[in-house]
Amino acid sequence: MKVVIIQFPGSNCDWDAEHSVQDVIGLPAGRVWHKDPLPSGVEAVIVPGGFSFGDYLRCGAIARFSPIMTDLKRFAEQGGQVLGICNGFQILCESGLLPGALVRNDCMEFRCLNQRLKVEDSNNRFNRGALGDSLDLPIAHGEGNYRADDAVLADLEANQQVLLRYQPNPNGSLNDIAGIRNRSGNVYGMMPHPERAVEDHHPCLDGLPVLRAFLQPLLVSSPAELSA
Amino acid sequence: METPTAPLPPNPDPCLNVEITPELIAQHGLLPEEYEQILKILGRTPNLTELGIFSVMWSEHCAYKNTRKLLKLFPTEKKDKSAIGQVLVKAGEENAGVIDVGEGWGVAFKIESHNHPSAIEPFEGAATGVGGIVRDIFTMGARPVLLTNSLRFGSLESSQVKRLFRGVVSGISHYGNCLGIPNMGGDVYFDDCYEGNPLVNALCAGVLRHEEIQKGAATGVGNPVYYVGPGTGRDGLGGASFASRELTEESAEDRPAVQKGDPFMEKLLLEACLEMMSIPGLVVGIQDMGAAGLTCSSCETASRGNSGIEIDLDLVPQRETGMNSYEIMLSESQERMLVIVAKGRERELEEVFEKWDLHAAHIGEVKDGDRMVVRHKGVVVADLPAKSLTDEAPVYDQPASEPAHLAQAREWKVDSIPELAAEKVEDSLLGLLQHPTIASKQWVWKQYDHMVMSGCTVEPGSDAGVVKLSIAGINKFLAIANDCNNRFCYLDPYAGAQIAFAECMRNLACSGARALAVTDNLNFGNPNKPEAYHMLKECVKGLADACAHFDVPVVGGNVSLYNEHGEGAIDPTPVVSMVGLIDQADRVTRSCVREAGVELILLGGLPHELGGSYYLQTQFSKKEGTCPFVDLAAEKNLQDFLISQIENGKIHAAHDLAEGGLLVCLAEMLFGLEKLGASVSLPDLGSSGRLDSLLFGESQARAVIAVKSADREAVLNAAQSIGLSPHFLGQTNESDEFKVEVGSRSVLNTQVSGLKNAWESAIPKHMEIA
Repeated sequence: MKVVIIQFPGSNCDWDAEHSVQDVIGLPAGRVWHKDPLPSGVEAVIVPGGFSFGDYLRCGAIARFSPIMTDLKRFAEQGGQVLGICNGFQILCESGLLPGALVRNDCMEFRCLNQRLKVEDSNNRFNRGALGDSLDLPIAHGEGNYRADDAVLADLEANQQVLLRYQPNPNGSLNDIAGIRNRSGNVYGMMPHPERAVEDHHPCLDGLPVLRAFLQPLLVSSPAELSA
Repeated sequence: METPTAPLPPNPDPCLNVEITPELIAQHGLLPEEYEQILKILGRTPNLTELGIFSVMWSEHCAYKNTRKLLKLFPTEKKDKSAIGQVLVKAGEENAGVIDVGEGWGVAFKIESHNHPSAIEPFEGAATGVGGIVRDIFTMGARPVLLTNSLRFGSLESSQVKRLFRGVVSGISHYGNCLGIPNMGGDVYFDDCYEGNPLVNALCAGVLRHEEIQKGAATGVGNPVYYVGPGTGRDGLGGASFASRELTEESAEDRPAVQKGDPFMEKLLLEACLEMMSIPGLVVGIQDMGAAGLTCSSCETASRGNSGIEIDLDLVPQRETGMNSYEIMLSESQERMLVIVAKGRERELEEVFEKWDLHAAHIGEVKDGDRMVVRHKGVVVADLPAKSLTDEAPVYDQPASEPAHLAQAREWKVDSIPELAAEKVEDSLLGLLQHPTIASKQWVWKQYDHMVMSGCTVEPGSDAGVVKLSIAGINKFLAIANDCNNRFCYLDPYAGAQIAFAECMRNLACSGARALAVTDNLNFGNPNKPEAYHMLKECVKGLADACAHFDVPVVGGNVSLYNEHGEGAIDPTPVVSMVGLIDQADRVTRSCVREAGVELILLGGLPHELGGSYYLQTQFSKKEGTCPFVDLAAEKNLQDFLISQIENGKIHAAHDLAEGGLLVCLAEMLFGLEKLGASVSLPDLGSSGRLDSLLFGESQARAVIAVKSADREAVLNAAQSIGLSPHFLGQTNESDEFKVEVGSRSVLNTQVSGLKNAWESAIPKHMEIA
């Protein structure tokens, strides 16, 4: 298992994430229960969408105390690749692996639609060259309104940590932020669902380059392994 | 078996040791003759706990006492034993019916109403409606893969209706989104008849392997009975009886009879139950605690298993203190299940529930004999023959008579209204597109997560919602459609019900899906009123005959009676939901045209009937006339043609004629792209000789298809040769103009974007000013 998808009580995009990585992209992936340790030899972790712990208290606020989060933090500190999608993004923010917070949409309603996103030149993996100027990805959330104080926002912008911006903004996010990364470029978080845009029956295939960009270090190494 | 007739000892809670008076019996919704029957069954006077148990089990909601005879009219299996969609679990046998979809897979599906709770407490009522139907599906061992809803509200002009609409939609959104089951939308109608009594029908479908089908039977003497899920509280006390009487001004005081839902608990229960059921041989029987809670689940499992059952209420997890036996047995607290497990394997079940942090309490045992025995604080508080509760409920055949005003409503003739002038066509079309029943429902379904589970293939808003069965690992697509136009059912319940059936199946055909089976939700007024019972009876007959004609069986459903408020009963609303199968990705067809230069063809002949139409409603505020002629043979001919042409790859898009008629159908087909127009030409006014009936009549068995230019002649000829009276209408183009000519006279020349804007903004506009 190279890619681990963490399953919290209330996760509901865990199967989708596993399916997209394993069956569509072709990397060995599996789900790990939040009370279990992170297996050794893992190269990337996806924190999937859903309603971990029912979103009680605040989205992601209880999940951050799950046993597996200690391992995940260590993994991230050691440079491991982490991607939080939707509720996973909220959990990464709550646990301090990413800055800022996600609060209730300004329309006060859940929003599920195909969202146009502007791609930012963030680093050598997430940029317009790799992903194109814009993407369409499904969003499905009630609390995707990104908030951070001025200093944090200025920092994010100055260090090109913004990955994707909404066009137009469906939830009131500051600076139209839909996805960010940490400073060192190994922890990623986004509200849109790339795993829902990877197969022919999906509205589009724009999720594939996004997932591939995240999994790039693994994809680069796999052909060599296959031939070995 | 020896029947104990000695009185039971006093209940440990003194307040339950009261004399059973006629008033108490009436308060429990039981008729004097029903009480006489209880006395005969028991050979003694029931105590209050037992009276409560009979009251919920013999309520309409659980016992179908006014409809059981009628429901027997529905075919419950396919006549053609070689066709796809054979019935694996029939209607009424288990918590939901199951049909075969090939390759060893089955689909469990069912619709259920939560009308009364939603009228009082729209958010919780609708949310727990979703929760209840989802439990019915995973109880069968199936992984839920889609949800839909059939919703009915009064006029959106009313602020009270806006409150109900907003509450219901957000309740469904809250519960379904958290569960992570895609909600494919469904249908929403707005009509004054639902003012104060909205309808909230929720459907769930799930997939499972044939060998994974679970039974709701308590078998194997000595097998332990487990209670799983969160603790029992006092919420939803007597909900089943509450649902079985009319709503009144005082109904708001019944708020404790509305349950409170916790979708997170349900998600845990769903995953834990599926995990438990995947352990071979562990689960003997399983049943959810829905209506009538612990009472219904224990006596139904015992009755199905031809067994007795004993439970001890001291062992039931409780989240409130001081609950007595009456409250524990009748509580409708949500997200709970009763599981009968193979003796000696208790630990395996407990381990699964420990993982998911849920209660799994050993509360009783399967017993020899036929008694349901309930203990509390060491005292027997109920001792009843289980089958008397499930099988011996009284069955009524009520007197029926046609409502007097109907003959008069049908007297209406089209020449009583002025013919539509060409210059009024655009206004009339706009009026229809902005009627909330016809307008875009995106306001609703953008609040539903319809893309979770990676299966959404045709998003809500097309004729049918389609999901790929990715989670089962099979390359097949499940299509779902709901329908029921109450206006036609009101004018002619027999024909109206058949129209609901035909339109639902036509929606599937337009999507490329072959219909497999039906689940129906019969929403009617008080059956003790001959007029309401007449409507119910005729609708059931109409549906049953349509099912037989198309060889599409009913595999389950729900009956909701006593839907009355203020002015009287709702219009008869037999909601028909149908599941269909598409076996190849390239056969999935949408109602929207996706390119310019395709040819539009009307199948089924020019529309000519205006009776009962939305045109009459929007222009003249009339619910009158004769409902359109139903020709099931013509309907089948059309649908077979649609499917065969889709399977031959000839049809680019297809949309059936329904509410609003031909022009609404054509306009909706153009709304899928930013800049798409059409120039359409009709040869003459058709048999009605009237423009209104041609453009806005709701004649049945008609659809518009879009085909590539190269296929036009072949498709027209094929349709002609089987008597489908095809009319070539014109082409789509890139102009944003919608032009319609009748006999070379221009009757419409407008911008598609303007029409689309009116159609899209109608419901949001209503909801903004709420």
